[in-house]
Amino acid sequence: MPACPLRQARNPRIRNGQRVSRTDAQARAEDVARAAYGKLIAMLASRSGDIIAAEDALADSFVAALKTWPERGIPDKPEAWLLTVAKNRRTDQARKDARLVITDEANDMADTQAIEPEEAQLDERLKLMFVCAHPAIDETIRTPLMLQTVLGLEAEQIAKAFLIKPATMAQRLVRAKKKIKSAGIPFVVPEPEAYPERMSAVLEAVYGAYAVDWLEGDGDLSHEAFFLSNILAELDPENPEALGLTALIGLIESRRDARIHNGVLVPVPEQDVDLWDRPLIDRSASILTQASLKGRPGRFQLEAAIQSVHAARSVTGKTDWRALSQLYHGLMQAHPSIGGAVSRAAVVSEDAGPAEGLKMLDLIAFDGLDSYQPFHAVRAHCLSELGRVAEAAEAYNTALMLCTDEPSQRWLEKKTADLRKKMS
Amino acid sequence: MRYTFLLYSDPAMAANMTEEDWAKSKEIYGQYIGALQEAGVFVDTDWLHPADTATTITLAGGEKQVQDGPFAETKETLGGFFAIDVENLDEALKWAEKCPHVHYGKLEIRASAMGSV
Repeated sequence: MPACPLRQARNPRIRNGQRVSRTDAQARAEDVARAAYGKLIAMLASRSGDIIAAEDALADSFVAALKTWPERGIPDKPEAWLLTVAKNRRTDQARKDARLVITDEANDMADTQAIEPEEAQLDERLKLMFVCAHPAIDETIRTPLMLQTVLGLEAEQIAKAFLIKPATMAQRLVRAKKKIKSAGIPFVVPEPEAYPERMSAVLEAVYGAYAVDWLEGDGDLSHEAFFLSNILAELDPENPEALGLTALIGLIESRRDARIHNGVLVPVPEQDVDLWDRPLIDRSASILTQASLKGRPGRFQLEAAIQSVHAARSVTGKTDWRALSQLYHGLMQAHPSIGGAVSRAAVVSEDAGPAEGLKMLDLIAFDGLDSYQPFHAVRAHCLSELGRVAEAAEAYNTALMLCTDEPSQRWLEKKTADLRKKMS
Repeated sequence: MRYTFLLYSDPAMAANMTEEDWAKSKEIYGQYIGALQEAGVFVDTDWLHPADTATTITLAGGEKQVQDGPFAETKETLGGFFAIDVENLDEALKWAEKCPHVHYGKLEIRASAMGSV
């Protein structure tokens, strides 16, 4: 498969760490890609179900755009241009393959003209999201599939985020795409009756997409995922978890400017509240209230409630550890996870003291705990508070070895340095 | 697209079925077949004698080999199938969910590959 230049352009980090020089045409093409990648894939693939062919055709049309636009100017309707070129390319290919009915293509061509309305765009993306999170698709590949087909990420980047070998990730993505085509998974937004059954997988996958680059990324992907969560909340406003997810992402996003200072991670309770996005906090909190009025609590609502307790510090000036501790207990019942368990222990250590926090850590029984960085970081913190500095230093060291992102590494180094001062 | 439902179950479960149970089962499946026909999606169905009565043949090794029994010994065996013709996997899943078999066995849905290769 030819590499899509826009996928690379989307994320300049992967080009030897150097930003690609942006001509106007390139910049415009990038903008179109960001806004419309998933939509164009959905429109190209919806009839045949063939995502791989759609990606190939779109990659070719992006190549053509980067060649043609600087010379002849950017077309009035760049998306329609890209779509038409991709469809022509695909028709050529189909003629070569001599196995596609051309009349079908003619119908496809007709709706090229009718793609402009905003609503249609949302609809097409939604269809693709429901395809990616279809119950017939393996749960663990749904988020990667969404990252690739809806948001246009390369398999390599996705593999890095999921700590899987790039070749393995690429293979699994291809397998999923082939299944979509051969099993006949339809490109449709399900009937509202099916929302309860289908929505939670879509919400999970979108949250997964948000989590991928929340710390290190340039924010593009997070914004896209936030946007998708908003669409889902609008699609299914009676679903408190859909509202909960968009409130949760909004609350985390509101702290984007505060979470790293001079390259060092700043934990939420220590962040400068003046750097928080107040309107976004208020908006998210109000969505969460709407959700809780439905009287059906769930994982995302509880996580959003936890984040809104943190957000309340901007008004009250202090963190309500007792409330956090109770919410984490609730979360662990609704949706047990290793991250929740470790965060609960951290919160308990602030509320009831480091000895209690340590006890909570000892009770955690999840696979992969030994290689879970936050576990060692929280343990180090509790030990340090208890004056068990040698053990604390060892735990910080383990955490550092497991840490994969720079801001967290620097934060752990800072904690280790603080500990050394304490020891001497 | 044509879909085939492959019906797998543990034959031991059928061992204790009475005459009356069989009659009831036939009636329930009859209703299901009727519903498929009425919706215009029915293609074919069959139910099969137990897997231990199977005869397996292959020429894959170059010479003919005939074996008494199924090709693989598994607890759950293929007991029958339905073939239906519907738009997509969602439609197929809707019909699969209504198949009486799913209450005691597993139903594997496979799309027809005819015409695609």
